[in-house]
Amino acid sequence: MTWIALKMLTGDRSKYIAIVFGVTFACFLIAEQSAIFCGVMLRTTSQIRDTYGADVWVMNSNVRYVDDLKPISDDAVFRVRSVPGVLWAVNLYRGQGQAQLASGDYQGLILMGVDDASLAGAPVKIIVGRLGDLQFPDAVLVDEAGYHQMWPDEPLKTGKVIEMNDRRAVVVGVYRASQTFMTMPILYTRFSQATLFVAPSRRMMSFVLAKCQPGTSPTEVAGRIAKQTSLKALTKEGFCNLTMEYYLRHTGIPINFGTTVILAFLVGCAIAGQTFYLFTVENLKQFGTLKAMGLSDRRVVAMILVQALVVSAIGYGIGVGLATIYGIIAQRDMPLLAFFLPWQVLVVSAVAVLVIALASSMLSVHRVLVLEPATVFQG
Amino acid sequence: MSLSIDAAQGVRCRNLVKDYVTGEARVRALRGVDLDLHAGELTLLVGPSGCGKTTLISVLAGTLDPTSGEVAVLGVNLPRLSRAAKAEFRAKNVGFVFQQFNLLPTLTAAENVAVPLVINGFSRRAAIAQATEMLKSVGLAERTNSRPSQLSGGQQQRVAIARALVHKPHLLVCDEPTSAVDAKTGHLIMELIRQMALQPGRVVVVVTHDARVFGFADRIITLEDGHVSEEKRVEQTAGATGAA
Repeated sequence: MTWIALKMLTGDRSKYIAIVFGVTFACFLIAEQSAIFCGVMLRTTSQIRDTYGADVWVMNSNVRYVDDLKPISDDAVFRVRSVPGVLWAVNLYRGQGQAQLASGDYQGLILMGVDDASLAGAPVKIIVGRLGDLQFPDAVLVDEAGYHQMWPDEPLKTGKVIEMNDRRAVVVGVYRASQTFMTMPILYTRFSQATLFVAPSRRMMSFVLAKCQPGTSPTEVAGRIAKQTSLKALTKEGFCNLTMEYYLRHTGIPINFGTTVILAFLVGCAIAGQTFYLFTVENLKQFGTLKAMGLSDRRVVAMILVQALVVSAIGYGIGVGLATIYGIIAQRDMPLLAFFLPWQVLVVSAVAVLVIALASSMLSVHRVLVLEPATVFQG
Repeated sequence: MSLSIDAAQGVRCRNLVKDYVTGEARVRALRGVDLDLHAGELTLLVGPSGCGKTTLISVLAGTLDPTSGEVAVLGVNLPRLSRAAKAEFRAKNVGFVFQQFNLLPTLTAAENVAVPLVINGFSRRAAIAQATEMLKSVGLAERTNSRPSQLSGGQQQRVAIARALVHKPHLLVCDEPTSAVDAKTGHLIMELIRQMALQPGRVVVVVTHDARVFGFADRIITLEDGHVSEEKRVEQTAGATGAA
């Protein structure tokens, strides 16, 4: 009976397109909103992901996420270097500063201080200037978005001067950073220079970045560092997960986005469910005829499920495809839009569409099952 | 599940009662119907609107359970069967011709005729091959790939007759088969039913209020107010077309 079910489904093009559109719309909404949620979550970890070269991040044991700054002792870097499996370890400063522009305006910013000698942890996507110029006195690198924030409508160039903590800083390069959760410019400088750009305090080191020896597992090395130094040591992925977990647990982001995703799901259910249910209702006479002719309830249910699953599969494919195209276009034309479509979103969307299909087909199945075959004689 | 079918026993009803209950209201559609339909005969059920004709054939076809009374179709006590068993009984033994044809609009003529065979487990290819042969026998060889909307009323009813007979049922139930077509086409439809459907092992019952087709019957049973008021035998001469 499968082919009859499919012919019933696709025979009336306008109805068929309406049902597929309903599922497609629902799937698109769910995938798109989930992808934006994932994109926002991903942005919370952009600074960790943009720090290249290190396998393990070492920090104060009370740090809960990347912006939760709790300095550690300056000798931590030496203790980390002594741990078996560590190839090298460098210090990393991270803090908030304030710049005074030539115009007299003030601009809050995030200041990163990398190892003076190796510049390990510095950004690699330099679009103006050279990374090596960071060795010059007072030198800073600024991210592209931050540059435009501080000097709107001006072309990217080196030589711009700002003042931080009554000290002169010169932009020697502009780099491209991943979109961040916060909107402040991110400046990179040498560690020793960073300590001068902010008010002094007893402890200045935020993190130690460590590289593992070849053939060793970062997870194992992180475990050893934690055990030997009593500091928190996490792999890059582990620190990303810790940060995202914090935002998930302690901010309204999941609730707000969850509400939108649930609304998308409900709207999808309503649209897809209603169109599919109406399709079944409009075909009640046909189902009644088939039942009168001896089609069993089990096979009627199978027919409706086949119709629902086919519509779902097509709607899912088109919906996810549209969400992907939307993501590609949005990322090109709207850089501020967070959009990340991992395979988990595809699975979630598939499950949601399947639930929508089953829920709407259950209504239809009920309507057909209670239909008395004798009704076909009633004109 | 396999039922013991005896077509020779035809259809037998005794004291058949059917009530429709809606809330507090109870309407008695059949008031103790006694009826025997024989294999190899074409029986017309006639009577005014609301007399219980449709209810009676629904019960005979196994699509509706009576409130009380006995009904044995082809030797099987239908009301005692489960819902699934009744569906299986109808699939194997009952052919339907409906007033409004009830063809599936998205299927071609051949596919529509193939439906009963598919319900009975035939493959699509085998069912359509057999359906195409059946369509040839009702004079629609050229329209096998036409959809119902591309056919005239008479052609649609011929497709419906082919569909009703393709699986060789022992009971053919026709509900007002001529009411949706003009007089000439109605005449041809009844001729076709008489020619193709009437066989020694088959009970044919036609509900109608179209007096012009009474001449096609072997027997005419008149229902009035839910019970049989008159039963009349019609003598068919050899080669008769039944034209009234």
